[in-house]
Amino acid sequence: MIRVFIADDEEPARERLKELLSDIGEEVPNMVAGEAKNGIDALERLPASGAQVLLLDIRMPGMDGLELARHLTGLEQAPAVVFITAHDKHALEAFELNALDYLLKPVRASRLATALKKAASAGAPRREQLARAAGGPREYLSVAERHRIVLVPVRDIVFLRAEQKYVTVRTKEREHLIEESLVALEKEFCGTDATNGFVRIHRNCLVARAAIRGFERTGGSEEEAHWQVVLDGVPERLPVSRRQWPAVRELIAERP
Amino acid sequence: MASIRQSAYPDLLPDFRNMAVMARVLVAVNALALFGAFYTASNIAQGVERFVQAAAFVEPLLSVQLLAFFLLSPLLARLSYRSSWTTVVALAVAISGAYHVMVASIATVPVPALGRTLVLVALGTLFLLGYFRLHTKAFSPALAEARLQALQARIRPHFLFNSLNAVLSLIRRDPKRAERALEDLSDLFRTLMADVRQFVRLEEEIELLERYADIEQLRLGERLRISWELDAAPADALLPPMVLQPLLENAVYHGVEPGTGPGEVLVRIERRGERVRATIENPHLEAGNQRAGNRMALENIRERLALFFDAEASIATQTANGRYRVDIEIPYRRA
Repeated sequence: MIRVFIADDEEPARERLKELLSDIGEEVPNMVAGEAKNGIDALERLPASGAQVLLLDIRMPGMDGLELARHLTGLEQAPAVVFITAHDKHALEAFELNALDYLLKPVRASRLATALKKAASAGAPRREQLARAAGGPREYLSVAERHRIVLVPVRDIVFLRAEQKYVTVRTKEREHLIEESLVALEKEFCGTDATNGFVRIHRNCLVARAAIRGFERTGGSEEEAHWQVVLDGVPERLPVSRRQWPAVRELIAERP
Repeated sequence: MASIRQSAYPDLLPDFRNMAVMARVLVAVNALALFGAFYTASNIAQGVERFVQAAAFVEPLLSVQLLAFFLLSPLLARLSYRSSWTTVVALAVAISGAYHVMVASIATVPVPALGRTLVLVALGTLFLLGYFRLHTKAFSPALAEARLQALQARIRPHFLFNSLNAVLSLIRRDPKRAERALEDLSDLFRTLMADVRQFVRLEEEIELLERYADIEQLRLGERLRISWELDAAPADALLPPMVLQPLLENAVYHGVEPGTGPGEVLVRIERRGERVRATIENPHLEAGNQRAGNRMALENIRERLALFFDAEASIATQTANGRYRVDIEIPYRRA
């Protein structure tokens, strides 16, 4: 019995999928483990539902399907994902390129049966696969707990600092630990637009450009000054490495 | 839906009630007078003086002519193209003749010969009619037709497939509703495939809006709330087809679909004197901005309105207080 979770913002579309699932029940035994009408909703309900396969509309309010799938990869038992779309040329090309499975709306029963069987044996998509298909930065970082995913909006993040095995995500209110590499995060979030992007100030630290209030000199000689960043909303002062200083200074000077 | 067999390009005679046409006549005649004055003058001062003299004679005449053609426009439109040309030239010459005689009788300065005035007026009128004919041609039959075909409003594939999917979901649960939804879809596509060069009545366009809204309602349910303010809409106003529907589609696509909560859309159509104004308003969502295609639809409508109404139609957008709003104004033409 395959446990299926349905995420689609349109009620008739969810109803239709349920009808089809019951139609193919004999060929592919399945049950509906849950449903959600937007991305955030799905993230809240899916982990506890024990779903093995997620039927996921890629275009949903709140959070689109691709980003949702990226956050789910952090789960201990991440579901396999079958994307569903009515028409989205760019997404389809990206799915093809990255070997992600998808169905077109209106969905046919036979296609759905094939996709379910395939998904149940193939398992969850890999994080990199999804990142490449999405092609852009996420709007949230996520911390996967056992039966829960905590979302941290990227625009609330003040800095990201690599610790031993984890990366500390610092917002004004609190800290989170995530299991991602700072290099990958830098690739995703640095070099986007000047107001939302991050900048590397040290081998182990990325800072939100918008949160930088200024710099303080902490010593060293006139030519070899040491600087640290003063940030909005958090008391920590973060050292800027000598290697990064010229680049950081230039970026900040460009700021409008 | 009965289509009004009134072509968007009624004939090749210019529309004398169109501000843009009047403006072009004024500019052209003054340019001719300026050219004439400087051509015959031996220096600049003399050229200016001659132009002022000519203007004093020409401007009142021109105003009278424009007024006469403005008033006679409906009668002229009933004539065949060939006889309307003859009539226009004859009228222009007759009015100028009467004007000339009147001016000559009260003028204290010598006036040029009557024959010269009449010949100049006849030639000028022919020249202008020829110009407008070329102008209309440049924007019409072959060329504008191709342009219009290219600009033909398209419904987003996203909408089509999602609607078909919604209908499929209804077939077992509510066959009657499914039937109605398919009928609505048929009407929508019939209009989409209809001749884009024909005017439609406003009431037809409104009916189309309502059918479209029904389909969207089926898909989006509670999330879509449309308030209609149509009491002051003149049912018999003529407008190009598929001008309002794409705007409502945009409102839903950018202002309702990307939102998690319910979204309120306002559709208001009203007559304001001799103009018809349509307003479509939707919530301004940040997520909606990232969806492409809004500007394209607006440009498309702007171009089509220009092809139908020249400079007399306007389309404006504004964002204020979290709402996005499009206003369209067209001249009120009765069916």
